[in-house]
Amino acid sequence: MTTIALPSYDDALSRYEPVIGLETHVELGTQTKMFCGCRTEFGAEPNTQVCPVCLALPGALPVMNRAAIEATIRIGLALNCDIAPWCRMARKNYFYPDMPKNFQTSQYDEPLCVEGYVDVTVDGKEYRIGIERVHIEEDTGKTLHVGGATGRIHGATESLVDYNRAGIPLVEIVTKPVPGLGALAPDVAKAYVAELRDIIRSLGVSDVRMEQGSLRCDVNTSLNKPGEEWGTRTETKNVNSLRSVERAVRSEIIRQAGLLDEGTRIFQETRHFQETTGDTRPGRSKETATDYRYFPEPDLVPIAPDPAWVESLRASQPEKPSVKRARLREDWGISELEMQSAVNAGAVELIEETIAAGSSPAGARKWWLGELARRANEQGIELSEVGATPAQVAALQKLVDDGKLNDKLARQVLEGVVAGEGDPAAVMTARGLGVVSDTGALQAAVDEAIAANPDIAAKIRDGKVAAAGALVGAVMKTTRGQADAKTVRDLILSRLGAS
Amino acid sequence: MSDLTRKTAVELRALLDAKEVSAVEVATAHLDRIAAVDGQVHAFLHVDREGALAAAKRVDAGEITGPLAGVPIAVKDVVTTKGIPTTAASKILEGWKPPYDATIVERLKKAGMPILGKTNMDEFAMGSSTEYSAYGPTNNPWDLGRIPGGSGGGSAAALAAYEAPLAIGTDTGGSIRQPGAVTGTVGAKPTYGGTSRYGLIAFSSSLDTPGPCARTVEDTALLHAAIAGHDPRDSTSIAQPVPDVVAAARLGLRGDLTGVKLGIVKEFTGEGSEPGVLAAFKESLEALVKLGAEVVEVSCPNFQYALPAYYLIAPSECSSNLARFDGVRYGLRAGDDGDRSLEEVMSLTREAGFGPEVKRRIIIGTYALSSGYYDAYYGQAQKVRTLITRDFEAAFEKVDVLVSPTTPFVAFPFGSRTSDPYQMYLADLFTIPTNLYGGPAISVPCGLSEGLPVGFQIMAPTMADDRMYRVAGALESAIGTFTPPAL
Repeated sequence: MTTIALPSYDDALSRYEPVIGLETHVELGTQTKMFCGCRTEFGAEPNTQVCPVCLALPGALPVMNRAAIEATIRIGLALNCDIAPWCRMARKNYFYPDMPKNFQTSQYDEPLCVEGYVDVTVDGKEYRIGIERVHIEEDTGKTLHVGGATGRIHGATESLVDYNRAGIPLVEIVTKPVPGLGALAPDVAKAYVAELRDIIRSLGVSDVRMEQGSLRCDVNTSLNKPGEEWGTRTETKNVNSLRSVERAVRSEIIRQAGLLDEGTRIFQETRHFQETTGDTRPGRSKETATDYRYFPEPDLVPIAPDPAWVESLRASQPEKPSVKRARLREDWGISELEMQSAVNAGAVELIEETIAAGSSPAGARKWWLGELARRANEQGIELSEVGATPAQVAALQKLVDDGKLNDKLARQVLEGVVAGEGDPAAVMTARGLGVVSDTGALQAAVDEAIAANPDIAAKIRDGKVAAAGALVGAVMKTTRGQADAKTVRDLILSRLGAS
Repeated sequence: MSDLTRKTAVELRALLDAKEVSAVEVATAHLDRIAAVDGQVHAFLHVDREGALAAAKRVDAGEITGPLAGVPIAVKDVVTTKGIPTTAASKILEGWKPPYDATIVERLKKAGMPILGKTNMDEFAMGSSTEYSAYGPTNNPWDLGRIPGGSGGGSAAALAAYEAPLAIGTDTGGSIRQPGAVTGTVGAKPTYGGTSRYGLIAFSSSLDTPGPCARTVEDTALLHAAIAGHDPRDSTSIAQPVPDVVAAARLGLRGDLTGVKLGIVKEFTGEGSEPGVLAAFKESLEALVKLGAEVVEVSCPNFQYALPAYYLIAPSECSSNLARFDGVRYGLRAGDDGDRSLEEVMSLTREAGFGPEVKRRIIIGTYALSSGYYDAYYGQAQKVRTLITRDFEAAFEKVDVLVSPTTPFVAFPFGSRTSDPYQMYLADLFTIPTNLYGGPAISVPCGLSEGLPVGFQIMAPTMADDRMYRVAGALESAIGTFTPPAL
């Protein structure tokens, strides 16, 4: 393979216009699989959540999970789609060992939801992304290739298959092609996936965690010269984070521009995003694509959602994240950027509940986006799993507001809360972390500090008030931090007649 | 009691009720009969002596009662039986022991029916002669040199050879009725969705229907009632009460069909049918008229397209249903020498595991579904199916049931139709329209042609299975049953 000179991103965009499209798969968080009663817990021992149906034993038959249909309709409604009054599942036939039936039960020309849109904001400008279809299908198992250098099937000596994931309901959301984005294409793509994630999370139908694969994204990219027809698109898979969405589009624009500059034609192919290098590598060619021989699934009856049911779902849809964000931003008095960081941390609901439990907006944001976000990050867990509840955080902030804890002590109390030692008040008592508010005890400590540091005391008497800091430090040390610094300072200054 | 195997299920129940025999004695008599004659007939692929006797003991202990408790049964090998080999007569499933029972098998067990074993069939129920069984054909007890019909030839032959009083079959294009016809036994295909498909190894999902086989109409109805009814594990199962087929059969057996309208299909001209078959059919029709029935000719113009439509729909669905047999999870695995790729192993497994008729249909179906051909083949066949359904609905506006010979010819000699698939497919000419429509149909013995049994088919509207049982009972009351020569 000869390497070609790649243009810079700006250079590429000066000659070509990108068209992007996104196909997103969302694993639904239903209790049971799509066609059987097996559990769907992530990370269970391989092949422990299986039965004759999801292993495709001879004679087994599927039965549709109503909760999966409901979740799909909710997603469709949230994406402003029309809900089909009647549609069918279809079989997508191809052989692959992690697909037990050697066909995937999916939807073909009769998707459950069609013709919707999502609005996203990038750099203060709104973009409308058309949604072509939202359909329901089943997930496959997972294949582990052992013995090869790459972990891919090529070169492996054996393959192990885990069917726990086989049959978990999956919703596929396909956008219409999005032209006219120019250099912002990567950012809009990322913003779309982020918005989609927030919408689905708000519906409570999936935990939409890209790193666990419950939200997976394929990015289609093509380039054309201005005024010319759209170019041939490539499909990039293995895009496993929001940042990767942006990087994948960007690198594909640069790669395709390099080829087009040379006069090489773009092959319609599947490519894999490389997390480490940030570029894409070829996968299987779509030019010799499998003929999936779709036909309506004869083992299942058509899906015909009762219009009254669809309307009741529509009426009970939660507030849309964009609307909610605008409302909360107003209530909390924060900027769009600050709101975005709360969204990215998955902290919006937690902050909201903390405020509802009595905290100030600033206090709630401080804990969730500071100390707790740091802990969640370190442990690689969701903020909601960090070990503190909104009620506990609100109680903690109240102790600070009431002067019973200072910032430093509050962090120690929080550590105890997260460690499961109880509510903040209980941890404070048990660990003996309360602020010393007994002025008698503090006065003694102040006098001791003054006696031990006559030089500094003299300076303060002479009016050099700034020197009081050193004495405050000494008092804090003897009280092991359990004093309120401002109170200590006031006591020092009044004792030395400098207040 | 040496003649227990000659008894009907109803007679056996009477003996059991009177405590004249035990269920263990009944089961033993049939197991001994199998041991004695199955070497000639080869109706069984697997006999479960231990399981059958254990089930019989539970009945004798009074643990299970009911109208068929203690009556043994044979089950077609395409229906899963927990812990008992289930192969669909294919090498690709040789030795496979399912970890679960089909819903209808669960119901048989709950009814206290000892399962004698699994019966032979055309591989994956594809065929009309059992010559496509990977384990060798079944011989017709009427003439061991002739076919017992198919695909359910083993179940029908087991009845005709007195190896079992009752049997389970499955009918996709006639696989219960045509074997019934050529062995002189009764076989009913219930309304599609009237009996659960859960645990029936799928051939063509939209057509497959499990059903009862017996030597008398009343026995068939009793078995029908035991296995039918809604099953939440089969999405296509009908959530409605089962028509009272037992009462209908008994009503028919009283020999009165006053006011019942029988439709004969104008387009079933008899061309291609053997004269003896047509003669027996005509005589039976006259017998029914004597019982008070009226005969009306109806037109079903689209029936002529049934065979081609069937041979697109069934292979298409089979090409997808049989994709799961790949050697990865169960059954045969061929060529896995450590060097070959997964794809090669899958390919070699299917090459070694499937027989010629199964391969033929997978190839036809794969072609019919492929991009660019779908509309012309599968899509068109589905349209024909709708037209055939309309033909049935229009006919049932005028008549209560439709009647015809079950199959155009009596049992044919082995090898006489295997060289030309179309000649074999013609065996299902009269039975296939019902499968495409989804209604019920039954085959009842109606006479002999050159010493071989002829079947009379009665087709009814969907969920009106009781109607066909009434006419079937009446026909049996007029014509009687037929006994094959001793083996």
